[in-house]
Amino acid sequence: MSAFVLLTVMTALRILSRNRLRAGLTMLGIVIGVGAVIAMVSIGQGARAAVQAQVASMGTNVIVIMPGSTTVSGVRGGQGGAVTLTINDAADLKKRSPLLSDTGWARRDVMQIVNGNRNWNGPVNGVSPSYLTIRDWSFMSGGPFTQADMESAARVALIGQTTLENLFDPGEEAMGATIRIKNVPFQVVGVLAPKGQSAQGTDQDDVIFIPFTTAERKVFGSQFLGSVGALFASTEESADLPEAVEHIRETLRARHRLEPDQADDFTIRTQVDIGKVQESTSQTLTVMLFAIASVSLLVGGIGIMNILLVSVTERTKEIGIRMAVGAKRMHILTQFLIEAITLSLFGGMIGVLVGIVGARLTTVIAGWPTMISLDAILTAFLFSLAVGLFFGLYPANKAARLNPIEALRYE
Amino acid sequence: MVPLIVCEDLWKIYRIGDVDVQALRGINLTIDRGEFVAVMGTSGSGKSTLMNLLGCLDQPTRGRYELDGLDVSTAKPDVLAELRNRQIGFVFQNFNLIPRTSALENAQLPLFYRGVSIKEQRRQAAAALQRVGLAGREQHYPAQLSGGQQQRVAIARALVGAPSILFADEPTGNLDTASSREIMDILEHLNREDGITIILVTHEPDIAAYASRELIMKDGQIVQDVRRASHLSVVT
Repeated sequence: MSAFVLLTVMTALRILSRNRLRAGLTMLGIVIGVGAVIAMVSIGQGARAAVQAQVASMGTNVIVIMPGSTTVSGVRGGQGGAVTLTINDAADLKKRSPLLSDTGWARRDVMQIVNGNRNWNGPVNGVSPSYLTIRDWSFMSGGPFTQADMESAARVALIGQTTLENLFDPGEEAMGATIRIKNVPFQVVGVLAPKGQSAQGTDQDDVIFIPFTTAERKVFGSQFLGSVGALFASTEESADLPEAVEHIRETLRARHRLEPDQADDFTIRTQVDIGKVQESTSQTLTVMLFAIASVSLLVGGIGIMNILLVSVTERTKEIGIRMAVGAKRMHILTQFLIEAITLSLFGGMIGVLVGIVGARLTTVIAGWPTMISLDAILTAFLFSLAVGLFFGLYPANKAARLNPIEALRYE
Repeated sequence: MVPLIVCEDLWKIYRIGDVDVQALRGINLTIDRGEFVAVMGTSGSGKSTLMNLLGCLDQPTRGRYELDGLDVSTAKPDVLAELRNRQIGFVFQNFNLIPRTSALENAQLPLFYRGVSIKEQRRQAAAALQRVGLAGREQHYPAQLSGGQQQRVAIARALVGAPSILFADEPTGNLDTASSREIMDILEHLNREDGITIILVTHEPDIAAYASRELIMKDGQIVQDVRRASHLSVVT
């Protein structure tokens, strides 16, 4: 049997190489289908990896608590408009919930920042030292401010990469320099490592961090001392997130004295929620491309079936000869199936190459991140094999069921 | 010893449209091992139908056919294929070689379906080509060979599996006189020296003259069955 298969494969290759144009056109559908699958999965996985990196750049297992909205004379403020969250909430949460490894807080405002003769309008964040740990910020040089800085409302600042580029000349030393925020001088004590885009598409490096107390007392000003823009908390394990969220909700509702029929005056979001939005977008894209690839593989399969039916008719006499010298139905069936599979596998191989090149080109031209996955290549390959088998079966069976005498007489 | 071929009241009826065509009408025939039989008759007399039945390419509508003691009249297609592969060799009027495939590969074909190793297939096919005088032409394609040479490749293919019967359907019908002679000499040699039973369908008396037994068919029946001691007296 092995000699039979080997020789049949060789025969199939010879027959296909004889009709190169025809074989090529037949394979085109499979090539496009498999190429589309590979390219699509590469783009999809690249996008997912990018989203995961963005979500991870938020920090690990982060929970964000935003204040609710205010209603003043019937005019509703947006989310975060109210000043319902305070540093006391944060301290209490940490005390009451053993699941939370840390809590922090931040308040932000856009301010004019000046360094010498350069200036920049960017977000200034007054934050607790724990905020930096929760959000997983690391440093290019210098380091975070301390609890002591916080207590003494020290005028120290940490600056992000984008802000650095806009405020300082290339090569100019930022560490130790004095910048002015709303005319208050601050000493730069740390330069932050870049984080890139957030999951929402904002530049996370366009940022300045100063101690919360300093911000509250010397820069922003405050109607209610201790009110914050947002609370941040983190857990050790991501599995603890849902339970921690419930715990925070209960604690805050109790602290804010909300009746059971009143809505929350805050919103809680986790990294998981933020990642989900992005994933569903890329999933829509994946489903769409998968549909295109399936249609293409189907069309490719029909192409193979069509050309094999032509081939069976053209080679009716040959089939008759083979039967006359003792080919069984199984032999004829196998021969045409092997031809179908050879066509589809070749198409699949070329398709894999096209897909890889396509994915690379997407990265180079459109700048989308792509990740070529071995799984996708294997799946596409098996799929093209299955297409060959499935669509080859009908013509092969037709050939195997020919009557030897009629086949021999066929001209 | 059991005769090689035994036919009892063999009928073959084709249905063409609404009309039944009785191609064979009760054939009774016994052929022994080593015979050289010529089947003669006008076209439509049923000689090709008979050959298809005897060659296990087709099955009778009625009646019994035993090949080498085995009843094949009701055998399954794969059993018939196996018999054609092991017991039977065919030589056709139009050679029926696979185009764009070398003489060697054409001659290998029966062994290909027997599951013999590739090396052994090539060795035996080369030996068969040598027997028909085509040594050195193994890699030629049918289109590069003359009609006589093509028919010799076909004979090599029929021989390669060491069959007990060789069916030749008008083997010289497409050949000139010289080539016809060569082919008939090869067949005669195979019959005499190797003891292969040959059943030859022809309508040319001088070709039939090579045989030691002559069947004449008419309207689906054997009307004459003549044995000759030697063909030589007839040829000269």
